[in-house]
Amino acid sequence: MNQVLQIKDLHVAVVKKPIIKGLNLSLGKSQLHILMGPNGSGKSTLTYALMGHPSYEITQGEIWLNQVNLLPLKVYERARIGLLLAFQNPLSIPGITLSNLLRTAFIEIYGKEAMSIIEFHKLMQTKAKLLDLDPILLKRGINDGFSGGEKKKAEMLQILLLRPQVAIFDEIDTGLDVDALKIVSYGINLLQKEGVCILLITHYQRILNYLKPDRVHIIMNGVIKTEGGFALAKQIEKKGYTYV
Amino acid sequence: MFNGISDYKYGFSKPENYVFKADKGLFKSTVEMISGHKDEPEWMRLFRLKSYEIFLSKKMPSWGGDLTGINFNNIYYYIKPIQNKARTWADLPEEIKDTYDRIGIPEAEKKYLGGISAQYESEVIYKSIQGELHKKGVIFLDMDSGLREYPDLVKQYFGTIIPPADNKFSALNSAVWSGGSFIYVPKGVRVELPLQAYFRINAANMGQFERTLIIADEGSYVHYVEGCTAPIYSTDSLHSAVVEIIVKKGARVRYTTIQNWSANVYNLVTKRMRVEEEGFGEWIDGNLGSKLTMKYPSVYLVGRKARGEILSIAYAGSKQHQDAGGKAIHLASETTSRITSKSISKDGGRTTYRGLLHVIPTAKGVKSKVVCDALLLDEHSRSDTYPTMRIQSKDVEIEHEATVSKIGEEQLFYLESRGLTPELAQAMIVNGFIEPIVKELPLEYAIEMNRLIQLQMEGSVG
Repeated sequence: MNQVLQIKDLHVAVVKKPIIKGLNLSLGKSQLHILMGPNGSGKSTLTYALMGHPSYEITQGEIWLNQVNLLPLKVYERARIGLLLAFQNPLSIPGITLSNLLRTAFIEIYGKEAMSIIEFHKLMQTKAKLLDLDPILLKRGINDGFSGGEKKKAEMLQILLLRPQVAIFDEIDTGLDVDALKIVSYGINLLQKEGVCILLITHYQRILNYLKPDRVHIIMNGVIKTEGGFALAKQIEKKGYTYV
Repeated sequence: MFNGISDYKYGFSKPENYVFKADKGLFKSTVEMISGHKDEPEWMRLFRLKSYEIFLSKKMPSWGGDLTGINFNNIYYYIKPIQNKARTWADLPEEIKDTYDRIGIPEAEKKYLGGISAQYESEVIYKSIQGELHKKGVIFLDMDSGLREYPDLVKQYFGTIIPPADNKFSALNSAVWSGGSFIYVPKGVRVELPLQAYFRINAANMGQFERTLIIADEGSYVHYVEGCTAPIYSTDSLHSAVVEIIVKKGARVRYTTIQNWSANVYNLVTKRMRVEEEGFGEWIDGNLGSKLTMKYPSVYLVGRKARGEILSIAYAGSKQHQDAGGKAIHLASETTSRITSKSISKDGGRTTYRGLLHVIPTAKGVKSKVVCDALLLDEHSRSDTYPTMRIQSKDVEIEHEATVSKIGEEQLFYLESRGLTPELAQAMIVNGFIEPIVKELPLEYAIEMNRLIQLQMEGSVG
């Protein structure tokens, strides 16, 4: 099978301390994979390492995106070839409006010619509406004064507009009410339909009621301990990680 | 042949081409010579000489930046400009040429800024604007011509807002000034287009010791714009200007400066506005270059309901110190002022906010707001704030806010994870920071400013 994202025997250390210890994971086109695991098991570390954060040192292993070796690439280069991360707690950057970031990022990834500013603006409005995100937020500083739910939706909006090859969602469901959860799930389904391959990190099985995951992986102590289908997530929810 | 500091300024391709040049160093004879050469009225000659005495008697300021690098004996105080081009494009340092190209300024402007062309090729525009102004009775000349053509008007106001004794550098400027602008706007006249120093064909405006005087008569309006975001290449080590502005009853004057001196220049400028009843005076002041800038535009609010506003941006890179800010002096009731200062320090650069807010005891119902924000781009850079408040009246509303922030690694990571290079990410953060001031600039300046910030960020993030 044609794999879009391949992680092979990955080892990651933070301040010399090994966190990920030989992790393997492969995602195919249009696939949705769920990654669950207890606190401190290395979930967020994995996302930062994939994206290329300088504090996360890859000591061993490989990461491939469509036959491109990610390891020598800088953060922005990874984004440009199609890897995007929706942050768990996106920080705010007052002074740069969300719409300015979106337009700039779109140009950096796809080039100026890809879409006129007017078309892009329309698209932005449409997608914001789809997510029930107040368009006024587009004109505000990035996440500046956004509620928890608005932040998650703004992350989703960025992924929808920038349409990567691989999207990683780090606990996008945490802290959302039912309506927002449905909307975010809708976004994920939409991406999947468009051929994007998705790695979704979550603590809760509840978002899975709205999704059709291809695979569920359980990460513990920096390695994939076990994997399975939707049923595995249900078991975890019921019995906890000690079940694994 | 001519290795002196100022030789490049107006250019001397052949010895016989120069018209007049005073010797290095400042003596009474130098001052006499300047005045004599310009064929000035007696009162101006005496004014210069008195100023020279004051200059000698005053000590160097011991506060602010480090002025020990200034050697008054190693400066040319007067060179008569030659109109023909002399310096060639090839003489300009590569980095300056490169910056001009990357900011995308037009060829004609480049030559003017680089000191290659003494004339900015906008003579046609200049003439049509002059025609319009003339019809309305507006005077817009270089200061030397102003003194020649309107001696009485000049005499009435010259040195009244900033007397020579104000400080050592205002005394110096008063003794040796050349060039600058003279503007008079008659009662009730609104000049809708900003007047730009560019449109004056005399390159003397870019001089070392320029002197500007603006008189806005009752109910009039004028916006004056000087400088540009492109670096001004100067081999002169000292730039010391004086700008005096009179805002009469109900008039409004906005004075915008964007300066980007090369990194060897001491930029020590005194700027002051006197604002009368219900008048409104605004300074928009951007300082990007120089080795050391000390500049605190001030508003003297002398009439009831007078308003003053000062917006200041300072950027200090490696080995630069921007000591800037503003002063609001409330001398009448119901006067309002607002000072907004934004500074950015990078690569060990240093910015200082130095401000004064003064309200005299008899001024009632005074309102003022002072906001100063500093942004540090790395650990080696520095920012200090010295806000002096002298509030002698009880009937006042004063607000003061100050923040210092650092660009966080996590903010950069967030933007980079969206496909932005570190340089672009940093430039966006900086541009966001100064946006409240940049939006007040004329559009072409705002665009250039954004590009320039982007340029400054390149190669800065490791």
